[in-house]
Amino acid sequence: MILQGLTFYLFAAIAVAAATMVVSARNPVHSVLFLILTFFTTAGLFVLIGAEFLAMVLVVVYVGAVAVLFMFVVMMLDINFVEMREGFLQYMPIGVLVGIILLVELLMILGTATMSPEVMAAGTEPIPDLAQRQNTAALGDVIYTKYIYLFQAAGMILLTAMIGAIVLTLRQRPGVRKQVVAKQLARRREDAVELKKVQPGQGI
Amino acid sequence: MAEFWSIYLLPGIIILAQILAIVVPLLLAVAMLTYFERKIMAAMQLRMGPNVVGPFGLLQAFADGAKLFFKETVLPTSANKIVFLIAPMLTFCLSLVAWAVIPFDDGMVVSDINVGILYLFAISSLGVYGIVMAGWASNSKYPFLSALRSAAQMVSYEVSIGFVIITVLLCVGSLNVSDVVRAQAEGVWFFIPLFPMFIIFFISALAETNRHPFDLPEAEAELVAGYQVEYSSMTFALFFLGEYANMILMSGLTAILFLGGWLPPFDIAPFNWIPGPIWFFLKISVLLFVFVWVRATLPRYRYDQLMRLGWKVFLPFSLFWVALTAGVLVAFDLVPQT
Repeated sequence: MILQGLTFYLFAAIAVAAATMVVSARNPVHSVLFLILTFFTTAGLFVLIGAEFLAMVLVVVYVGAVAVLFMFVVMMLDINFVEMREGFLQYMPIGVLVGIILLVELLMILGTATMSPEVMAAGTEPIPDLAQRQNTAALGDVIYTKYIYLFQAAGMILLTAMIGAIVLTLRQRPGVRKQVVAKQLARRREDAVELKKVQPGQGI
Repeated sequence: MAEFWSIYLLPGIIILAQILAIVVPLLLAVAMLTYFERKIMAAMQLRMGPNVVGPFGLLQAFADGAKLFFKETVLPTSANKIVFLIAPMLTFCLSLVAWAVIPFDDGMVVSDINVGILYLFAISSLGVYGIVMAGWASNSKYPFLSALRSAAQMVSYEVSIGFVIITVLLCVGSLNVSDVVRAQAEGVWFFIPLFPMFIIFFISALAETNRHPFDLPEAEAELVAGYQVEYSSMTFALFFLGEYANMILMSGLTAILFLGGWLPPFDIAPFNWIPGPIWFFLKISVLLFVFVWVRATLPRYRYDQLMRLGWKVFLPFSLFWVALTAGVLVAFDLVPQT
């Protein structure tokens, strides 16, 4: 157990330090890199508590796809860092105020919230041994039976967002000569090539 | 003290020995793969290929390695030094850690985890960071363009690889890599029922490893050498080793998913005398030959053609095939029980 404990503190310390660096790093690309480190160490923590499916999905989805797109955008930003820090003192009081309001709201919700007894009971149940029940299968059992409607609704919301993004960015540009592969493949030799007998010194 | 020895030290030493038993042959295989590639390309272009260093030029790869090792590491003054140095290390490490879950024979695997396939997918999706970080940190035009290209390319082809893996998993019913091979021992190898997915997976593997005909991130005619422009000496060598180790990994993954991993083609007398790791090695070698063959034969794709192939051809087709496979499995009551 000592090893697990040490690994936990190692990962937890790196995750917290990296998360701090995300908001305090001066260079936005460094921020994204620290964000990736945070995701990665969090995945390590998931592995430690035996949730290996969640760990892998976290890496595949957030590190492998979402953070790549972040990086893609942030790399191309052209920011003047000196200019960015100019109004810092001017904006700080408003920022602190918003932060305090959010904190108070969060504390109020967390302080008064109670979990339903059903969920509490489920939480105290012993976790079955890994050899007996894999958590991939266990997750599948819950998601596709008990929470199927919520799961489908989440999928629908994502689909709507995707269609929205496509509609917003789609534009028809007239006068662009695109490559149509089917058209190219449909061309035959007879349509394109004509053999002519050319008399010397005359041309066509 | 005795407890400390039996709980921590001994397993630690065993794991270390297992890691060395994979990494050392892997690096040797990478060295031989560069030789193999140059010899095959030479034969296809009616040349001799490397033939000076050692018998038949066999030691050429080691001579190249020694040369790179003794060269000077140049750090560009305007580069972002730390990220610039981390990028090649990341590429190299990622190409090695994936081998932890590859089974060489039944039970012959360093870490037999339940989510092995997802682990491999996660590691291969991280591969893009090495290139993106290198391209950005170099602070130079060509590497940056290369980083953008490779980010877009690898994300695009990851999607179709994901769907291909889902199709295979539907037929297996487990995320364990060894179980994928065991499922093929009972029935046929998956490249027969899932032949189109086998082709899609192999082509996506070419794109994922930035190999010809999809080597746009390092297209020498447009981008000099892409993200490798500013790298020299061992930093360049680490990229090179990582790229070739990834090629071997992707071939191994293709062999496991579709060609029955360590299984002999027929489970009868002369075939099952040969041990599993040798069959696995032979399958990987055949796939690597195709990698090189493709490089020697096909011209490079244009960037818009690459994107069209990934998003408009492979993605809809693999999505359709996932639905078809699931439908067939349910209709004929073939769904694997877990």
